[in-house]
Amino acid sequence: MGSSLSRLTERTNVWPWLLLAPLGIYMLVFFVVPLVDVAIMSVTDPRVSLVNYQRVLTGALYQRVFLNTFLTAAFVTVCCLAVGYPLAYLMAHSKPRTAMLILLLVTMSFWTSFLVRTYSWMVLLGNNGPLIALLQMIGIDDTPQLLFTRFSSTLAMVHILAPYMIMNIFSVMKKIDPALIRSAESLGARGWSLFRHVYLPLTAPGIANGCVLVFVICLGFYVTPVLLGSPREQMIAGLIGHQIDEFLAFGMGSAMAMVLLLITFVILAIYHRRFGLDKLWG
Amino acid sequence: MTSYLELSNITKAYGNFTALDNVSLSVEKGEFVTFLGPSGSGKTTTLMIVAGFEKASGGSVRVGGRSISELAPHERNIGIVFQNYALFPHKTAAENVYFPLQMRGVNRAKGLRQAEDMLSLVGLKGFGHRHPKELSGGQQQRVALARALVFEPSLLLLDEPLGALDKNLREQMQIEIKRIQRSLGVTTIFVTHDQSEAMSMSDRIVVFDKGRIEQCAAPLDIYHSPQTSFVASFIGESNLIPATVTNAAARIANSPVLGSFDYAGSDNALADGQEVTLLIRPEHIKLSRNPIEDRKSARMTVETIVNYGDNALVIGRAGDIPMRVRVLGADVVIIKEGEECCISWTPDSVFVITR
Repeated sequence: MGSSLSRLTERTNVWPWLLLAPLGIYMLVFFVVPLVDVAIMSVTDPRVSLVNYQRVLTGALYQRVFLNTFLTAAFVTVCCLAVGYPLAYLMAHSKPRTAMLILLLVTMSFWTSFLVRTYSWMVLLGNNGPLIALLQMIGIDDTPQLLFTRFSSTLAMVHILAPYMIMNIFSVMKKIDPALIRSAESLGARGWSLFRHVYLPLTAPGIANGCVLVFVICLGFYVTPVLLGSPREQMIAGLIGHQIDEFLAFGMGSAMAMVLLLITFVILAIYHRRFGLDKLWG
Repeated sequence: MTSYLELSNITKAYGNFTALDNVSLSVEKGEFVTFLGPSGSGKTTTLMIVAGFEKASGGSVRVGGRSISELAPHERNIGIVFQNYALFPHKTAAENVYFPLQMRGVNRAKGLRQAEDMLSLVGLKGFGHRHPKELSGGQQQRVALARALVFEPSLLLLDEPLGALDKNLREQMQIEIKRIQRSLGVTTIFVTHDQSEAMSMSDRIVVFDKGRIEQCAAPLDIYHSPQTSFVASFIGESNLIPATVTNAAARIANSPVLGSFDYAGSDNALADGQEVTLLIRPEHIKLSRNPIEDRKSARMTVETIVNYGDNALVIGRAGDIPMRVRVLGADVVIIKEGEECCISWTPDSVFVITR
């Protein structure tokens, strides 16, 4: 009697895992296996050695691209924060209708395909685009090159990644107990001191989440920098694509991908120790 | 001669709904006044108007003779303890208490020393370095109290601060708050819907109902001579008996069900023929098998007996009037549910309510 009961519970315990199986198998076949393949290629192509890693870590070009990637990701993160924080604040603290409208605008650009958004920027910033036309109309003949520059790729990446920042900060702002703000006011705080000593620290987890998310996604950004950026200022993902598409240097590309993956893991690990990864997704 | 805190003719309307209707109140310096009432009675709204978080539609608030109606909350110098304490989770207990001093430009070293002193006053010596989440509910409560008092506020407002605590801790905190309030002599307004809290802590109780002050008096006065039947039924348990005054001079009234009544003195002038409600507290009624001499008595059918150990509540009916009787636990053995027994009282436990 007792043993049959325990066998039953054992059997029921299998169910959740069974439900998870399709996803597990999918991830195994389409993610883990190719990833392992990439890892193997990085040390076997063209021959079994660590020469690819040696070149990635010591080559001046690769160092420059890695550095450039980091600086770009950091700059994009800062821009997203600068744009996103006030917008999230507006969303969290304005009347429901206004908040809905901003939320709609933010998520609408989020729903639009990434490629469509990238091409829209090409149209807007192109030499025959409306922005250049506007500049010419107000009498600036020597119009600057907007497209295929660091400016255009940064602008588009900020646009594409800002919703991650906004939603993360918004969700934290929305959860702030209004009594905390009232109590700060009753204790004599207002304006800047209220913001600096109470509001900002309370939203810090949202800022940290948003920044890590935007930074990590930006590190591996491919399409936008490739299509909109300056060819001389490549990001790492573009360079990996280059290695594989043009030089068929699978080993080199794989080694670079592995280094990027490792760096991403290190950043997430640091974040996890400080805040806990489980908080990253709200 | 004006009082320390003066609320005059405060009204508050939300659209067509009147949340507060002409609330006026004077509080003396150092007094502990409790706002008591059911939820939606206007007690919290009044508190928020004093704090500056709600704007009154009419009337004025004066502290120390000076109107504060136009001041923003941060200019009012009022300490508030919120229902859920509202401690800053990113600051330690000491930093929380230092915060109002920081906002007043006190330097960190001096301010933190003051904060530690305040924490020891509320019984949290040595807890300064802990964050709120590392403290129990009662300890958080003490930190909130210290934070609201450290800057020597002109008023202390407590918004149902004990609601989240369990019963034993709540009683302990009632005594603590009272002790601290007395030692600092700070004028305090305490909001609660718990009548026993109000009874045990207050110098005066202000009973709110439907946006109006029903009665404002010392706890025992409220208990023994409630001015309205709302106050009588809200504070303590009560038996309310409709009656007509038959002889005001001799203090006699008549109840259609229970017959002729002698009643105790009343503050209100009564006239013959006036409709009144007679109040008898359940603990003033005696239960017996047979009528007792010199006491007004009536027959009651016992419906339910609720035993609390040290005492018991006997619920029944005298005619069509529901009656509640409190008896000592040992006395309850004489009766059983469904039986008829005799209830009796003396005239000095019968109070007259005129509205």
